[in-house]
Amino acid sequence: MDATLYITLFSLGVAALGTLLILPGGVALGWLLARRRWYGKALVETLVALPLVMPPVATGLILLKLLGRRGPLGEFLEAVGWDIVFTWKAVVIAAAVMAIPLLVRNARVAFEEVPERLEQVARTLGAGPWRVFFTITLPLASRGLCAGGVLAFARALGEFGATAMVAGFVPGETVTLSLGIYHQVQLGRDTEAFLLLGISASLAFGAVILSELLLRKRRLPRND
Amino acid sequence: MKLKLSSLRWHASAFSLELSIETEGRAIGLFGNSGAGKTTLIELIAGLRRPDAGSISLDQIVLCDTADGRYIPPELRCVGYVPQDGALFPHLTVHANLVYGVRRRSRLDGTEDTPDGKIPITLESIIERLDIAALLQRQVTHLSGGERQRVTLARALLASPRLLLLDEPLSSLDADHKAAVFPLLQRIRDEFGVPLVYVSHAPEDFFALCDQVMVLSEGRCQAAGAPAEIFSARPSIGYQLAANRSNARV
Repeated sequence: MDATLYITLFSLGVAALGTLLILPGGVALGWLLARRRWYGKALVETLVALPLVMPPVATGLILLKLLGRRGPLGEFLEAVGWDIVFTWKAVVIAAAVMAIPLLVRNARVAFEEVPERLEQVARTLGAGPWRVFFTITLPLASRGLCAGGVLAFARALGEFGATAMVAGFVPGETVTLSLGIYHQVQLGRDTEAFLLLGISASLAFGAVILSELLLRKRRLPRND
Repeated sequence: MKLKLSSLRWHASAFSLELSIETEGRAIGLFGNSGAGKTTLIELIAGLRRPDAGSISLDQIVLCDTADGRYIPPELRCVGYVPQDGALFPHLTVHANLVYGVRRRSRLDGTEDTPDGKIPITLESIIERLDIAALLQRQVTHLSGGERQRVTLARALLASPRLLLLDEPLSSLDADHKAAVFPLLQRIRDEFGVPLVYVSHAPEDFFALCDQVMVLSEGRCQAAGAPAEIFSARPSIGYQLAANRSNARV
């Protein structure tokens, strides 16, 4: 397979897998932040936002120390036969961690925009909390959640710093579009670098457009 | 319907509700200024808020009692709730809204029977009586104010409530729409035999609909009795509230 095509498909696959990995937990956490008061909420909100403001390389270093063979998680994972660092799995984990803030924040906003009154009325109509969530809350928040998912996917697709730290540059194993661009520039191959740049920019553009369209078409109650 | 509130207390940062009252009637009115606690009381009866202390009983059924920790969640209370804005589900059609709560639920006292001489609550009977047949396939976002309230009332009725809480259901309607929807409330009370708790700012509504009225002010019951007793014998209550509303607008 052509190297550029391989890198593109690998990047798309890694970003999709990373997004799917955080989707259930991210949506659940977004709901908890939007709808419940609990001890430690502010701390969790801060922790979730950290990858957004911390240098990605620093996040990558934390992951490296956690998942490395002598790290608290890495030791356990090695014992069960899972080698993470400098493999494609590390790329997925780095992409997922960097995408968490966008997913959770968008999920929180999506849930906050669903009027609680609708959920309350559904309860008085005989629906239990789970039925209310799946028939009222989730459908009304779905476009916001999808938009958050698409943005998280786009963020995962563009991840560089944390990936370079925890997964390194292993041709055919960990090279994403971002790592590929950096590598080609280092080698002075501008044509190859610009090709990857074009693909990367197009995918990002498409993802942002899609999320904007989803957000605009939300069918929430009018305020009139 | 007999509604009993015993030493009921609910407190928020800038507001507290404290009520102890027993009232009985086919339709009970709640009257008071904005911020008097009408909606809070409605939400406590519906189970959407938990009281800090006290109990709420409906006929022989204790809906909640903080003394023994009893609390029946809203989905099991069989208490319908129609808020001011209707709160129709915007992603569903009118028909899907109507059947959302249509599952027949055993009432808390085990009875499901229609009261003697009353019309059974079925999809067909509700659609006919509330004149919403032409609306069934419409999206709720395309309904007028009056149509929305008719659908909201129909949806609440189809859940077979033992009590229907109406929180200013007509306040957002203009005079024509209000004149068209108000008789439906009397129909719900008389033809379907569903008792009502009705919140309004308009004293004339209570004369036409309610047997009893509770006047709330700053979370306390200021007066209770028949509408004539409350508003005719003591017109100052209505005037006072009207004056307060005017001042609030200035």
